[in-house]
Amino acid sequence: MYQIVKKRQLNQDVVLMEVKAPYVAAKAQAGQFIIFRVDEQGERVPLTVADYDREAGTVTIIFQTVGNSTKELAELGEGDYIQDFVGPLGIASHFDGVKKACVIGGGVGCAIAYPQAKALFHMGVDVDLIAGFRNKDIVILEDEMKAVCNRFVLCTDDGSYGKKGFVTQALQELLDEGNRYDVVVAIGPIPMMKFVCEVTKPYDIKTMVSLNPIMIDGTGMCGGCRVSVGGQIKFACVDGPDFDGHQVDFDELMRRNSFYREQERSKECRLIGGKGE
Amino acid sequence: MPRNMSLTKVPMPEQDPNVRNKNFEEVTLGYTPEMAMEEANRCLHCPKMPCVSGCPVNIKIPDFIAKVAEGDFKSAYEIITSTNSLPAISGRVCPQESQCEGKCVRGIKGEPVAIGRLERFVADWAMENLHDEVKKPTPNGHKVAIIGAGPSGLTCAGDLVKLGYDVTIFEAFHKAGGVLVYGIPEFRLPKAIVQKEIDKLIAMGVKVETNMVIGKVLSIDELFDMGYESIFIGSGAGLPGFMGIPGEGLVGVYSANEFLTRINLMKAYEDKYDTPIHRSKAVAVVGGGNVAMDAARCAKRLGAEHVYIVYRRSEAEMPARKEEIHHAKEEGIEFLLLTNPTKILGDEKGWVCGMECAKMELGEPDASGRRRPVKIEGSEFVLDVDAAIMALGTSPNPLIRSTTTGLEANKRGCLIADDTMKTTKEGVYAGGDAVTGAATVILAMGAGKTAAESMDRYIREKNQ
Repeated sequence: MYQIVKKRQLNQDVVLMEVKAPYVAAKAQAGQFIIFRVDEQGERVPLTVADYDREAGTVTIIFQTVGNSTKELAELGEGDYIQDFVGPLGIASHFDGVKKACVIGGGVGCAIAYPQAKALFHMGVDVDLIAGFRNKDIVILEDEMKAVCNRFVLCTDDGSYGKKGFVTQALQELLDEGNRYDVVVAIGPIPMMKFVCEVTKPYDIKTMVSLNPIMIDGTGMCGGCRVSVGGQIKFACVDGPDFDGHQVDFDELMRRNSFYREQERSKECRLIGGKGE
Repeated sequence: MPRNMSLTKVPMPEQDPNVRNKNFEEVTLGYTPEMAMEEANRCLHCPKMPCVSGCPVNIKIPDFIAKVAEGDFKSAYEIITSTNSLPAISGRVCPQESQCEGKCVRGIKGEPVAIGRLERFVADWAMENLHDEVKKPTPNGHKVAIIGAGPSGLTCAGDLVKLGYDVTIFEAFHKAGGVLVYGIPEFRLPKAIVQKEIDKLIAMGVKVETNMVIGKVLSIDELFDMGYESIFIGSGAGLPGFMGIPGEGLVGVYSANEFLTRINLMKAYEDKYDTPIHRSKAVAVVGGGNVAMDAARCAKRLGAEHVYIVYRRSEAEMPARKEEIHHAKEEGIEFLLLTNPTKILGDEKGWVCGMECAKMELGEPDASGRRRPVKIEGSEFVLDVDAAIMALGTSPNPLIRSTTTGLEANKRGCLIADDTMKTTKEGVYAGGDAVTGAATVILAMGAGKTAAESMDRYIREKNQ
């Protein structure tokens, strides 16, 4: 069992938790993920590591309450225990030789963009950070992100806070100003990552994306997380979760991630006492 | 009782095919004591004991059968467990027809003695009737680590704990059992039986650490630093293969590992569990092994109207246990033999809507000695399915070998180990599918046993 030692509501749907997991905390690196299971009946859910404290033996996760499992997790409080917490899984991000980078986070993806920016910034890399949200109410980690970059651009789709527009527009403006990057890191909803890749492609800028497909074990066993990268089958859990975005078949990934959506909905209906299906 | 000269085995009661293909309860119900004694009387007690030579763990088969015939089931159990620590499991999942029963003299004319059924009967009887205090062995002060709580790891752990070792099993999943819990379905091997065997080990002092992905959380060298004097790697062959044909990225294409893990480990078929599973109308399972049979029979139980086994060779070449093929057919699984998929077809949403297959014929024998299937040109047809499950075999996971210096593997990714299960790294032993590639539960158990002996010898010699 793994204890939740800290909980913070970042916005209406996004929760931060620090979980006591000394073995995971000892090895975790930016870009890797964990798998949690709330209780004996729970499903195994992957989440990218947002932060870790090796001395305290804790790992920080930030998640949006989108499905049953994340909702169940969000209902727990400080001092409560979860059944399983395994990791660190996947390959850590590597940024050798990078001098200037642009890190882009979309929505709850900022939770993962933030540790990437932090890692780069602490390596002495010149970091531009673009954070995009639908509106002002769901902005998260603004102060934290500001502290780990040289330039911070916050935008909202409806203009209720920061610049009005999408992260792709903000990126295009930075490129138009003459900024060139050794790497662009894009983490957020699949369409956002796809369109960021379309922006960087003509400039031939290496663009890394962090994928979060459906998976069970996280160790290469089920193959549920397979993605087409450069025409080859890759398993996000062991070959990723970071991939060269210009090689990823985002449309296939989007379709595969929709597989259980209806069941999630009907289960949710049952949970709230409504009629399923 | 006089010798039973019936040419056929005493039949084992089982659930009716049309009932059981809608539930996940065990298919076969096991012998009663009377049935077991009657079947035991079919054994001729040949002096050369060919059956024993066919057993990977050398169970003294005629001896235990003699005790069954006498109705002395306790002694029969003691004889079996003196060489096999997991008989309730092997009695259910061993391919007896190619092992002990394949060598039985009674099989020359008629059916062999039902050794597997008798082993299972004795093990089940013992579980129900013997409740002796588990004796904790005297500790010898030496720590050993076992990686993987599957059949080889559990066997190795059981043998080492009996010798007094302080044994810790590191398991990557949240539950111990390996392929016995994630792969083999409940209706073939009830999970309560696996759990009882594991509980027995824990009662003897074995520690089981779950959620420990060795190679990620801890490396082999770190385990040595923690004071483990010898390490056994029984990490299995978990990496699923795909065919490389168009359409394998479509929604509704699974590896058998994924499909079976959702059902067996995550219990997706039970409402109270959160893991989802899609209930398809028509399913094609590609492959001819036990895993393919398991996946097909699970798909049927989830309510599919049509479930097809698509296999490129003929039934004679199928690697599955005979009994599984027989049970699958009884349950309404449709066999498309000498048939090979060429393409999986998708609808506008990217979901599976069919599988294009070609008919095959058998040509010259290949490296495996089996006749190579050759495509019949122009024989393509479309199978109307909305899901496809790839049961094409698995290979060992690279997580451990890629993070351990000095641990060598062959080009198929299998760890290199000698007859004593010793790897190329000092103090490290390995066995089961991690060494052989996907094989059987009983071979893995045999390897775990050999490794335990070798590890004991290694530690004793080192500490002399």
